[in-house]
Amino acid sequence: MPEVKLVNITKRYGKIVANDDISFTIKDGEYVSIIGPSGCGKTTMIKNIAGIIQPDSGEIYIDGNPVTDLPIEDRGIGYVFQNIALFPHMTVWDNITYGPRVKGFTPEEIRALALEMLEMIKVDARSDAFPDELSGGTQQKTAVARALMSRAELLLLDEPLGALDVKVRAELRFELRRLVKDLKLTALHVTHDQEEAMSISDRVLVMKRGRIVEAGVPITLYSQPKNIFTANFVGEANFLTGVITQVSDEGSLIDVGDGLQLMTKSIDKRIGNRVVIAFRPEFASIGDGKKVNRISGKVKDALYSGSIMRLKVQLANGDLIIVKKALNFEKPKSIIGKKTSVTISPDNIIVYDQPENLNKELALE
Amino acid sequence: MIKLVNVTKKFGAITALDHINLSIDDGEYLCILGQTGAGKTTLLRTIAGLLKPDEGEIYVDGELVNDLPPEQRNAVYMFQQFALFPHMDVWQNVSFSPVIKDWDEDRIKNLTFEILEMVKLAERRDAFPNELSGGMQQRVALARGIASGARILLLDEPLGALDARLRVELRTQLRKLVKDQRLTAVHVTHDQEEALMIADRVVVLRRGKIEQIGTPNEVYLRPQSIFVLSFVGGANFLEGNVVRVSDSGSLIEMQSGLHILVSDRSRSIGERVVVAVRLEEVSVGIEVVNSTNSFSGVVETAMFIGGSMEYGVRLENDVLLFSRILLSDAVRAYKPGERVVVSFNPENCYVFAYPVIGLLKEIEAI
Repeated sequence: MPEVKLVNITKRYGKIVANDDISFTIKDGEYVSIIGPSGCGKTTMIKNIAGIIQPDSGEIYIDGNPVTDLPIEDRGIGYVFQNIALFPHMTVWDNITYGPRVKGFTPEEIRALALEMLEMIKVDARSDAFPDELSGGTQQKTAVARALMSRAELLLLDEPLGALDVKVRAELRFELRRLVKDLKLTALHVTHDQEEAMSISDRVLVMKRGRIVEAGVPITLYSQPKNIFTANFVGEANFLTGVITQVSDEGSLIDVGDGLQLMTKSIDKRIGNRVVIAFRPEFASIGDGKKVNRISGKVKDALYSGSIMRLKVQLANGDLIIVKKALNFEKPKSIIGKKTSVTISPDNIIVYDQPENLNKELALE
Repeated sequence: MIKLVNVTKKFGAITALDHINLSIDDGEYLCILGQTGAGKTTLLRTIAGLLKPDEGEIYVDGELVNDLPPEQRNAVYMFQQFALFPHMDVWQNVSFSPVIKDWDEDRIKNLTFEILEMVKLAERRDAFPNELSGGMQQRVALARGIASGARILLLDEPLGALDARLRVELRTQLRKLVKDQRLTAVHVTHDQEEALMIADRVVVLRRGKIEQIGTPNEVYLRPQSIFVLSFVGGANFLEGNVVRVSDSGSLIEMQSGLHILVSDRSRSIGERVVVAVRLEEVSVGIEVVNSTNSFSGVVETAMFIGGSMEYGVRLENDVLLFSRILLSDAVRAYKPGERVVVSFNPENCYVFAYPVIGLLKEIEAI
């Protein structure tokens, strides 16, 4: 049950700072995911911890012990990466017992451990199969089992589900989390899939340009992101720029242009402050009875993806926003071009200071 | 127009494409959706001319192209793993195509710039491939494919290597570009949401055969098989027997005596069936609101999946029923262990004959 602590970790590649003075602690038994745009340094971070690369400066502690100078095999970790690297000419059983055999474990130890692992990943019935006889998901589960055969208590997962079909990936999330929790492991999981990170982790770490932007519990990170980049990166969001025109204990009034006013909950900002407000498309509703924050607009487009409908609504001030709702079998043609009203509860509006360059701040890479 | 007639392709004992018949209209955006091994890539490569079908004919604009080499098919095929020219910068890579070389300079410049803007790489036009992230390289490759001047784009998982968030953004832009340039696109993906959002029509491929073709709404709202329902959007699948058929619908008895009412009246009494309900159609509450199709149970799993909550509720007959609820002001959250009531409408139930090979086999991967 190791704790992992990074203190001022910096790693450069030429002029690019891949990890820029990162300090972070992963608690005992915690499942942490790292997300961030490609090139943000998430893979560098996990490789630093694994010992695959050496940081230029800083110190890494596992279970309180400095490991920065320890080779990968002495760090007590299991490492799994995207490209399933099973030995193709070996059965599942031979694949997972390979490491312990080389290390000279006794046959009894190996057998007991292998049986436990295979049962954990529910592949015990397929232990005689060769990798190419298994689905991609089962192969990757086998790879996880193999990584854990060293009795590692820290599991490092670099896009472990990245090579799998979306549907298989969603099913394996459950199992991966269950495995980590049942075996009381600490896990660090790098992924490019925000939904995966949200559903699998205790905490999610958002990185950008070599730095940690924000870390938090998934639902908090999603509904009340502290950082404007996080707001955009962890899920779709609408952003409107405006100025604070009224402040009271109940909340603040923000003018988003053309006299369009939106109420927010109480915030620590002053009249005249230039701000950006953000809200999730699913937190806005169309044509309901509420009076607060009811604004009118026109439906410009309707996009469908299965059960979800996204309406593109143009507000009176010209801004386009997206409203997401569960599909009620409406015909798209009947909505487009119609006038409508949109309401957003003040509690669901997040307010940020307006950055100098909003687009740059929101850029996904 | 692209037309495939009885196209079959075998690799040894495996039939990768099994008598495929398919017409793709000019200017259409077609997505081919299927799991790994369904034959998606084989289908695309056969259209491209990189593979020769064992049987059947392929026509482009009415002309039989079976024996035409790839470069004469007016189509550009984009590989999953694309090799850019390492010694050329982004701009040179994108504007390299032999087709547009003969164009006047301004036209090439405009097109290259427009496409680089679309893939959000205009600012990196002077960068060399090894200075870019994998996702950026993928987009340069995409831009080069679009800039090739070919009228038909054959895209093999074009957004596959990108961040999930960026992928969602690029979907609509990719479609817009294809439509603006009046190209025809055939786009292979295993991501059903991507296919539903981007395509004019979706082809669901399974084991080398077309399982269903239709507009995204048709495929989602009127799936013709358990497999399509399972693969496109997913659902709860409940087994039972028809015990009554009346004006209001059919009554299905599950194990342990729980009954489901479905609007479908096409099944006969005694028939063994599978009832499917989308996760989004299952509501979760504390009290019984409507006695039809309401079941009490205990929340077993509660998973936040970004924008939605997914609950697994264990019913009294031990069935685990899943519900997905889009977050909004109106919904409260439930915790594992909490007693709840789940319900769904009879109109929202799909009914299928129980599959010969068994339900699990019917919906399992590949």
